[in-house]
Amino acid sequence: MNRVLLKNIDTPNSTDIETYIKSGGYNALKKAYGMTPREVTDEVKRANLQGRGGAWYPAGKKWEVSLASERFPKYLIANADEGEPGTFKDRPFLEQDPHMLIEGMAISAYAFGAEHGYIYVRGEYPDAYNVLTNAIKQAEDKNLLGKNILGKGINFDLKVYRGAGSYVCGEASALIESLEGKRGHYRTRPPYMAVEGAFARPTVVNNVETLVNVPHIIERGAQWFSSIGNPKCPGPKIFSLSGHVERPGLYELPTGVTLREIIYEHGGGIKGGRELKAVIPGGLATSLLTKDNIDITMDVDALWKAGTSIGSGAVMVLDEDACIVHVAQRAARFFAHESCGKCTPCREATKRIHEMLTRIAEGSGAESDLDKIVELCRLMHNTSLCGLGESGGNLVASSINLFRDEYLAHIRQKACPSGACASLALA
Amino acid sequence: MPELIIDGRPVSVDADTTVLQAARKLGIYIPTLCYDERLKNSGACRMCIVEAEGSSRMIASCCTPVRDGWNLKTASPKVHEARKTLVELLLASHADCGGVCADCARTGRCELQTWAYAYDLCEPAGKPDCASCESQACKTVCQKHSIVKKGKKVSIDYDKCDNCRQCAMVCRYGVLKWDGEKMVMRGMPASKKKVNRFEGERHEYEPVSSPFIVRDNNKCIMCGKCVRICQEIEGRSILTFTERGFESTVSTAFERPLEEVACSFCGHCVSVCPTGALVEKNIAEQAGDFRDDELEKTETVCPYCGVGCVLQIQHKDGNVYRVTANVGRGSNNGSLCVKGRFGYEFVNSPDRLTKPLIRVNGKRAAKGQFREASWSEVIKLIARKFKAARKADPDSFAALSSARCSNEENYMLQKFTRLVMGTNNIDHCARLCHASTVTGLVKAFGSGAMTGSMSDFDNADTFFVIGSNTTESHPVIGLRIRKTVREGRAKLIVADPRKIEMAEMADVWLRQRPGTDVALLNGLMNVIISEQHEKNRKFIDERTENYGELYAAVKDFTPEKAAGITGVPAEEIRKAAKLIVNGKAVCFIYSMGITQHTTGVDNVLSVANIAMLTGNIGRPGTGVYPLRGQNNVQGACDVGALPDVYPGYQRVADESTRRKFEKVWGGPLPAKPGLTVNEIIDACGHGDITTLMIMGENPVLSDPDSNHVKKALKKLDFLVVQDIFLTETGQLADVILPALSWAEKDGTFTNTERRVQLGRAALAPIGKARTDWEIIALIAGAMGSDKFNFNTARNIFREMATLTPQYVGINYGRLEETCGIQWPCPTKDHPGTPTLHTEKFTRGRGKFHAVQYRPPAEKTDREYPFVLTTGRILQHYHTGTMTRRVEGLNHLVPEAFVEINPKDAARLKVSTGDFLKVASRRGEIKIKAKVTERVAKGEVFIPFHFVEASANMLTAANLDPVAKIPEFKVSAVSMSKA
Repeated sequence: MNRVLLKNIDTPNSTDIETYIKSGGYNALKKAYGMTPREVTDEVKRANLQGRGGAWYPAGKKWEVSLASERFPKYLIANADEGEPGTFKDRPFLEQDPHMLIEGMAISAYAFGAEHGYIYVRGEYPDAYNVLTNAIKQAEDKNLLGKNILGKGINFDLKVYRGAGSYVCGEASALIESLEGKRGHYRTRPPYMAVEGAFARPTVVNNVETLVNVPHIIERGAQWFSSIGNPKCPGPKIFSLSGHVERPGLYELPTGVTLREIIYEHGGGIKGGRELKAVIPGGLATSLLTKDNIDITMDVDALWKAGTSIGSGAVMVLDEDACIVHVAQRAARFFAHESCGKCTPCREATKRIHEMLTRIAEGSGAESDLDKIVELCRLMHNTSLCGLGESGGNLVASSINLFRDEYLAHIRQKACPSGACASLALA
Repeated sequence: MPELIIDGRPVSVDADTTVLQAARKLGIYIPTLCYDERLKNSGACRMCIVEAEGSSRMIASCCTPVRDGWNLKTASPKVHEARKTLVELLLASHADCGGVCADCARTGRCELQTWAYAYDLCEPAGKPDCASCESQACKTVCQKHSIVKKGKKVSIDYDKCDNCRQCAMVCRYGVLKWDGEKMVMRGMPASKKKVNRFEGERHEYEPVSSPFIVRDNNKCIMCGKCVRICQEIEGRSILTFTERGFESTVSTAFERPLEEVACSFCGHCVSVCPTGALVEKNIAEQAGDFRDDELEKTETVCPYCGVGCVLQIQHKDGNVYRVTANVGRGSNNGSLCVKGRFGYEFVNSPDRLTKPLIRVNGKRAAKGQFREASWSEVIKLIARKFKAARKADPDSFAALSSARCSNEENYMLQKFTRLVMGTNNIDHCARLCHASTVTGLVKAFGSGAMTGSMSDFDNADTFFVIGSNTTESHPVIGLRIRKTVREGRAKLIVADPRKIEMAEMADVWLRQRPGTDVALLNGLMNVIISEQHEKNRKFIDERTENYGELYAAVKDFTPEKAAGITGVPAEEIRKAAKLIVNGKAVCFIYSMGITQHTTGVDNVLSVANIAMLTGNIGRPGTGVYPLRGQNNVQGACDVGALPDVYPGYQRVADESTRRKFEKVWGGPLPAKPGLTVNEIIDACGHGDITTLMIMGENPVLSDPDSNHVKKALKKLDFLVVQDIFLTETGQLADVILPALSWAEKDGTFTNTERRVQLGRAALAPIGKARTDWEIIALIAGAMGSDKFNFNTARNIFREMATLTPQYVGINYGRLEETCGIQWPCPTKDHPGTPTLHTEKFTRGRGKFHAVQYRPPAEKTDREYPFVLTTGRILQHYHTGTMTRRVEGLNHLVPEAFVEINPKDAARLKVSTGDFLKVASRRGEIKIKAKVTERVAKGEVFIPFHFVEASANMLTAANLDPVAKIPEFKVSAVSMSKA
């Protein structure tokens, strides 16, 4: 498949607006401005573009709700708070191809009537802030942003806002709270952000990868987009491949590609020719798959049926030498660290799960801990306030279900079969 | 309308109803820890989760709207298991108390404790005691009527029980338990620590103490109610979340002490805390001595300002332990200020008067010498002296009544003065605060009271606040206005010489020079008339009269002319006028800054003018709002503690009225109107009044020109003072009578929105003290009158209501049922009147008055170059008799101060904390400087609460010619470094 989204990445001076325009950039914007906002929204709806941040919610539906609102001004926010371990698919746009994002935002904003836009970029991408700020300046100079864009009477200004290092701010409402200068806490819904979001006005938050698809849909049509990959969640998808593979990196592939193809064809197989043990298919908040599952197709339904999720498309590969307890403990540490502390189950359970896993990794765990951990993971899933807590126990719970023997080795024999847990002996 | 099923029962509710509300509608109990109906949805604690059929994720009922077709279970095994684990997790992080709660200040009221017991995660402290359990919640929540209470015993009827376990959820003693198969009643097992399955790291915070509040974050469950109420209701955001995840907790900015971060100590945070994390300091200090639910509770009305907050006194063995306010009770709806919530220590002060006192040496001195006496002795003495005065000349007697006493007591004293003593020389401190309001608003509207209600502050879209430091003087009204403004629902215009708190959030702040309000208002009206064109023509034509005169008076009063007098830039006047014109519902709020002037009546008339001119009267969200200063200043006026009117503002000079009262009271009444407060003091000085009775007032500190007052009182033949403390005025008395405080007596109080509310005795009488009305009845009896034979306040009210047209439909029974009734209430089935002048004004048409600007009486000169204004601060009240006996309030503001502008301070070479000598043409005081931009250059401000540096040593008794109110707000003073 030819790269569409990542087509400019290797071009010299890719961040420069002239380079982007030379490769046909901003044509889609001009085309979109010749359509009505309703037509743009409908086109994206027909294409069935779904949210690439991990929730796979139809972008057109969000826009439609905001489009219907009579409250102004409206806001469009690009969620560039790419905080989940293993996910780095938005970074190339933020650092190497900013204009594709800007063009996507200008079109999307037009589709539902937003006059103000923000790019909420994670604080740990320092280059991105500079690249985006320069690119916005360039676009403004060419009257592709700002007032009366291209003489069409359309206004859209864009600002870059840097996050301060909090995973939960990748969640739309916490992101908005943070953008408003408040603590990054989840807001209960309703009201939905599309009705009452940033500064109490209709707000659409779309992931960067979602937005960069928009110019291509406008240029090539919904039909083109919806015929790519799995028809239920169509389009190109950028997979962030990492872990024990020969060629980790970003791979733009149609949805529905098999996991085997990603790992063995594109990733060059397991590093050093070792055996595959498990895969984290969609980021740290998704349940593990074992090597028996790698013929699964990477689409929303297939992964759902397998008890996990496609998430953001962050595929992390674990080889036979990886210690599952160690991996789970590190994942638990991440969620305990990133829990915002607002709701009881997430705040308390992430802490206790991490404590128990640490005890197991250090050889002082008890078998009863395993049931307690699974119970807490279930509690988090069933009762947490936001997606962080809801999904934060997935990986840990699945690791116990799938690799119970490895846990028992740590508990009963006080031994780590892979040697990763430093305080324990090799089995 | 969505239809759904909750616990097998169908219900149909509006689409925006939450699951929790729908369940409560069905009487189904769902537990919550972070929910408060006053606050925005949070969804933090997750205790209110319910199970939706077909979904593994559970629903947080407090913040989830109902959905059509849902089948929900609120108490399924899955729900119980999740809730139990949540509680166990909370307990794992909770302070390690060994599993028992007995030593915690909140034991018995802690919601975490309730759940810990309900799910058998902790051992209960104390004996399970169904007999004294006041909640009886087990019975209430049981849908199957399977909880049977016979005498002192509670038992379970197993034939009816469906094992829903709701009773276990609400049993605060942990008596009702789920044993895995059925509900059981259990006794008290040996206390042993339960093992928490998630035992691990616990928090180790140091408890943080402040004058009124102790915060122990080890007991915090992060429900966030304190943070949210401080932000959403109080609008201060003093408390905030800090850190995240397990380390997240509640703190202040940079963990500074509350005293340093602009906390107003309203105590909202304490009142909503479900655990022992935020506790009143006095209760924290006595942790373990008693269970919180052993406290008795009495609902009554706040003893401080005119807002009249409904509150609950919690007490035990004659001591007040806590004051709190409940949601849904009174206009304050759960809110209180620092004085209301924490200012009750005076009740149990050792300084309280408990026995009558008689002066021993003849001479009156600032520190009198007294001996204790029996009631019979003092009453005999008083009767003899009063009889002699009456015989000599009835008008040689006068009485000062009190805006701090109940309606019944004020009624009794004015009846006594008129009927027994034969004079109309009765007045009270309303003279010093809102005499000009009563006079002015009667002239303009026909009624001297607030035209609307506090609820209008939620509906207004524009506020015009002039001469009112609302957030300090009427804090609970202040927070209501601020909330509406903060939420962007209303514009705020503040006119005040000082940069008060509300000025800082105002859309327009007009800083007029003290005493130039008429000029400012005329300037505003000049712009309004040209801006609004025909907008309110209909209202002016149909509802008012005399518009021509007003027009003539203000047509040349341009903003430029007003600017010259007031010092407010003309542009700002125009801006404010436009906001008023654009407002669809404007509230005009004022207080002492308008009334306490020699032009007080003119000022009030001008406010009435501007309200009528813009048609902002008689509709929700509009009106003229004089904020009354004391808890019963409205009522004391209503029931006739004034020299010219009987109860209900019926004129004593009117013969038919007098005949009516003579008939009912059974004796002749004097026709000549009596003297006002300051005239009474003057008459004392001149020897025209020889005998004075003062009930609950302290004129030596509260009246202007203290030296003059003291001198006058010393000239009296006989002075009786009844009070709860030996005040500065009491020191000059011949007889001092110990009165009961507000916490010890029944009686009604009428607040600033004309709401008659019932105060109830919480405590038994202290010592030999008596209620003020009993004392009056004793004296009257000793003087041979049988018209004062009442045995309860309720009976007095009955007589009073028949004679007070506004109160006719009100009685104790109704007041007990409702939470107050707003007068006028003409019949027993009348609901009360939230808004006056809706169809027509009380006097028929509203009357415009042409008002010309007159400068204040006292002028600055070379010798006295500064303008002094006086007023209140948040933490203290009036002459300090109550608040200065509260340790925490004294800690917050220990002493008097004078606010002085930095420029003036630099010239005088003083900085904050240095002593200044402040002198006027009448006296001088030594006082600490507080250098602040709050006051303008050339102006200074002194609160009048402090005896050691009494502002009224400096003020003058320059009176408004009609209302006789003194000009407290303008005195010329000199300042020098002491």
